[in-house]
Amino acid sequence: MSKNKTGKKMLDSRQKATLKRVMGLIKPHTLLMIVSFILAIGTVGLTLYAPIVAGKAIDAIIGAKKVDFSVVYPMALRFVIVIAATAVFQWLLSVINNHVTFSIIRNLRNRLFSHLQNMPLMYTDSNPTGAVINRVISDVDQLSDGLLMGFTQLFTGVVTIIGTLVIMILLKWQIAIIVIVLTPVSLFVARYIARKTFDMFQLQTDTRGEMTALVDEMVGNQKVVWAFNHKDDVVEQFGIINKNLKRCSQDAVFFSSLTNPCTRFVNSLVYVGVGLAGCLFAIGGGISVGVLTVFLSYANQYTKPFNEISGVIAELQNALACVARVFELLDEKEQEDDSRQMELTSRVKGAVEFKKVSFSYIPELPLMEDVNFKVLPGQHVAIVGPTGCGKSTLINLLMRFYDINYGSISLDGNNINTLRRKSVRDCYGMVLQETWLKNASVKDNIAYGKPDATLEEIIEVAKAVHADGFIRRLPDGYNTILGEDGGSLSQGQKQQLCIARVMLKLPPMLILDEATSSIDSRTELHIQHAFARLMKGRTSFVVAHRLQTIQDSDLILVMEDGAIVEKGTHEELLAMCGNYAELYYSQFAV
Amino acid sequence: MERMIRYLKEYKKESILGPAFKMLEALFDLFIPVCVAAMIDKGVWAKSSGYIILMAVVMIILGVVGLASAVTAQFFAARASVGVATTMRDELFEHINDLSYAEIDRIGTPTLINRMTTDINQVQNGLNLSLRLLLRSPFIVLGSVIAAFMINGTAGVLFFFVTGVLALIVFKLMQLSMPGYKKVQGQLDVVLGKTRENLIGSRVVRAFGRQDDEAKDYANSTKLLYKLQTRVGNLSALMNPLTYVLINLGVAAIIIVGGFQVDEGHLTQGEVVALVNYMSQILVELIKLANLVITVNRSLASYSRIDEIFGLEPTVKEEHQFTIPAVNGSPKIEFKNVSFTYNGSPEAAVEGLNFSIMHGETIGIIGGTGSGKSTLAQLIPRFYDATEGQVLVDGRDVKEYSFGQLRGKIGYVPQKAVLFKGTVRDNIKWGKALASDKEINNALEIAQAKSFVDAKKGGLDFMVEPNGRNLSGGQRQRLTIARAVVRKPEILILDDSTSALDYATEAKLRDALEYRNQGTTIIVTQRAAALRNADRILCLEDGKVAGMGTHEELYRNCPVYREICISQLEGDDE
Repeated sequence: MSKNKTGKKMLDSRQKATLKRVMGLIKPHTLLMIVSFILAIGTVGLTLYAPIVAGKAIDAIIGAKKVDFSVVYPMALRFVIVIAATAVFQWLLSVINNHVTFSIIRNLRNRLFSHLQNMPLMYTDSNPTGAVINRVISDVDQLSDGLLMGFTQLFTGVVTIIGTLVIMILLKWQIAIIVIVLTPVSLFVARYIARKTFDMFQLQTDTRGEMTALVDEMVGNQKVVWAFNHKDDVVEQFGIINKNLKRCSQDAVFFSSLTNPCTRFVNSLVYVGVGLAGCLFAIGGGISVGVLTVFLSYANQYTKPFNEISGVIAELQNALACVARVFELLDEKEQEDDSRQMELTSRVKGAVEFKKVSFSYIPELPLMEDVNFKVLPGQHVAIVGPTGCGKSTLINLLMRFYDINYGSISLDGNNINTLRRKSVRDCYGMVLQETWLKNASVKDNIAYGKPDATLEEIIEVAKAVHADGFIRRLPDGYNTILGEDGGSLSQGQKQQLCIARVMLKLPPMLILDEATSSIDSRTELHIQHAFARLMKGRTSFVVAHRLQTIQDSDLILVMEDGAIVEKGTHEELLAMCGNYAELYYSQFAV
Repeated sequence: MERMIRYLKEYKKESILGPAFKMLEALFDLFIPVCVAAMIDKGVWAKSSGYIILMAVVMIILGVVGLASAVTAQFFAARASVGVATTMRDELFEHINDLSYAEIDRIGTPTLINRMTTDINQVQNGLNLSLRLLLRSPFIVLGSVIAAFMINGTAGVLFFFVTGVLALIVFKLMQLSMPGYKKVQGQLDVVLGKTRENLIGSRVVRAFGRQDDEAKDYANSTKLLYKLQTRVGNLSALMNPLTYVLINLGVAAIIIVGGFQVDEGHLTQGEVVALVNYMSQILVELIKLANLVITVNRSLASYSRIDEIFGLEPTVKEEHQFTIPAVNGSPKIEFKNVSFTYNGSPEAAVEGLNFSIMHGETIGIIGGTGSGKSTLAQLIPRFYDATEGQVLVDGRDVKEYSFGQLRGKIGYVPQKAVLFKGTVRDNIKWGKALASDKEINNALEIAQAKSFVDAKKGGLDFMVEPNGRNLSGGQRQRLTIARAVVRKPEILILDDSTSALDYATEAKLRDALEYRNQGTTIIVTQRAAALRNADRILCLEDGKVAGMGTHEELYRNCPVYREICISQLEGDDE
């Protein structure tokens, strides 16, 4: 953040830009904001009017046997009506502001969510989940706290100031000038503190993010923490961050809480100034004691909103620090819009060709270079290689999770970069080694790829993958809600559901990445038949460790360090006596 | 609240001095109107400019002293509230770490994160404001009521009545909105859960092209959140208007009643003005108090949610911290009639297990999905406690050991290959804090991880990202094995942890373990081939022992085992 030398600026340019965007969020609610503004004016006007009514009544109460009840009664009645109206206005104001604030954060969260869906996978792959969650949840919440306070108090505050000022000038402009001259001191103090605390809040927010990431990592993996008796270390590590947080929070909380006492002090100065000038005027007969009293009470009312506004500013500073991070996330580039790209209208046959494909995650570290191969419709491709050889990269490219840097990948003769991503992905059924299930019912999870499937269809595929039995044993059968990440299901059971999910969808092509690695072999054997049926006539890419299962493949790609080092059929590859042959014989030598 | 009181005791000085200085400031605030009155009465009527200026100076001095006490108060309040929140966070984190896996499964990680962050922040906020205002505001309110009594008995009764009704409204509203805030928080947890789920599952969601549906689903949950928030927000928003109305009805009453009293000569006009001012003073402070109540209300809701977590008793408990000797001549591990049922599950995961494992043996545990083999392995390091029967290590019930001693004997490699942010070296050192590079490299060699680690930039200093994101599944698994091996454990447990390894690597690993790792080894797997080096094999089906013995014995006598082997051979032939 640039240190602004002028020192009087409430916000620096970056904060201003952020604030401007916040205004953009408010824009759809312009009409309500106008109503809110009118209500604020009404509330303030009535609040200012009430003491005048009361004052007139009191003026009629002069002394013993000198009370004019013909004034007291109607004035008292008018006073009650004014008060009732104020209350109604005030409540409506809050209701509108609640609506606006909560709508804004609701829309913002929805936008963030859709944005995350449309961002390149690179982002989610390379950013800690905890930190992203923090932005979507806590940071947006802070914005709502800041906005809610801002709306209600900034408006009423400003209007009160203006209203009081007008009345005071009408009563005695000389005294009003004292107020006008002294008040900026209050503003200056509030701005100064707000500027000073912005950095502290930023630091606090960052430290909190760091803490959330640690908690996410450690609580999520508690078994490991336990197994290695690492509790004390983890607690210690947490303690260090916590101590840092304590330090910067104490600063942030203390310095920001100075705003109130400091502005209150300035307000007292204003009060004293008005009192002093008013009394001196009164001696000279310039004003009556009654007017002086009114002046003093208005001086109080005039300075009070300054307290509130500075409170709002402190809160707004905090909200701005958070919302800046939210916008930062929103500004992350989305993947290129593909809505104008071609849709695949007819069912694909499944011809895939890689032509001179180059790809790397990081530009400086070339990974795949000049990859060429061709797959005919219905052929089975096996991908083998030691762990970490880049098999998942190949899947990333096939599915267009990442776009290649050079060359072309075509599907039925169409360059996939000219096709809509959804269209490309729709062609594939993917089963990954790492299972992911939704926090939803078993039924919905299986039907994830085909939401309109009937229960019969669902049960049928569940039977095909031998999951029907254990599903029925769950508390609510097919309606059992699985917890977060599949809840209490075993890894193998989760994999079975993932396979069922793809079987139900019946896609024209398949990607199977160690799809049955956690399923026991007896169950697997049964599933194999279903798999065989599924794969028949479908182009498929199979990542496997066990070479026996892939010997019949039409094409075997041998990968190492991200590159395809050998390709061909089983026999061809054995004849080459290269990596594949070595791998093959090692399996059978043992 | 006991816990809060205990925390506050740590900050006794701060939590007493904070409010005390705040009251001092309030006292100075109360003096200002008295000074103004003196200015008018003695200055204006006596036409003494000197007295007026003197009073102005006195007021400025009062202001400066007030400012000084306020700053002091804020300082102590910030120290105490942030300090308490810090201690609370430390303790909560430690408590969460003490919880058993069963509890964490049930509550869910996102909820726990929310408790650790948002809720504790809310408590800190509430406490900070309470220390600053909770005494100050009632002090001024009470002062005003007493003053009213001193001026006029009837007015005093009126003040008393108004204050009473006000308190009633404030507390009733507070009571009504409490459950609303709880619901809001609960729904926020749902939104958080969905955010998290979609971040983790972004590949699958995209693969199935369900982004739009997920967004719709998400929009539904934010819609509900919006509804809950506005409902409780609008209810809470009644507070200010209602109190305002009540106080001003009080003012109207003073005007009318005061009118009669003045007419009868019991009261003067000045006193009526004073009473109205006092009533307004009550309003200002009560609005502050009402807002404070909302904040405190929210923090109390947060506090009770935190307390809920504190209230959870870990099901697996450590009895003591001493080291106890092994019983001579006993088997390394023994299961005596062990059964275990997961919380809330109708069926036992494992049942009636009876077997022993000798020192130095390599034991394979095989069985289908859901046969209970992983559960069995997790009973040894006490991730769960047996519901029935006894698990013994070195002749003693595992419950007799301290966690440190028991788990110190064991090198556990989990199914899910978990690594942490830090260098490869840091990660391996989880297994043995003082491991030398030589020991680490040795462990990496056994785990077949040496070559790929060496190839990484920086070797042992290669930075592993959170959850090991920048490594492949197989690489992660090998590092988790190295992490367990480096401690040269008495018992090495591989809980289905070679699934991502290719055949050749797995075979090399098996040999390395056989020749280079001393101690007892337990290999949990579904692949019969992975048990080629096992001395004996325990075959499980549906949580019960189907057979135990060498490969040949089992192949002959145990139909389940034979079926597993044959199914895998057939799979190989395909």
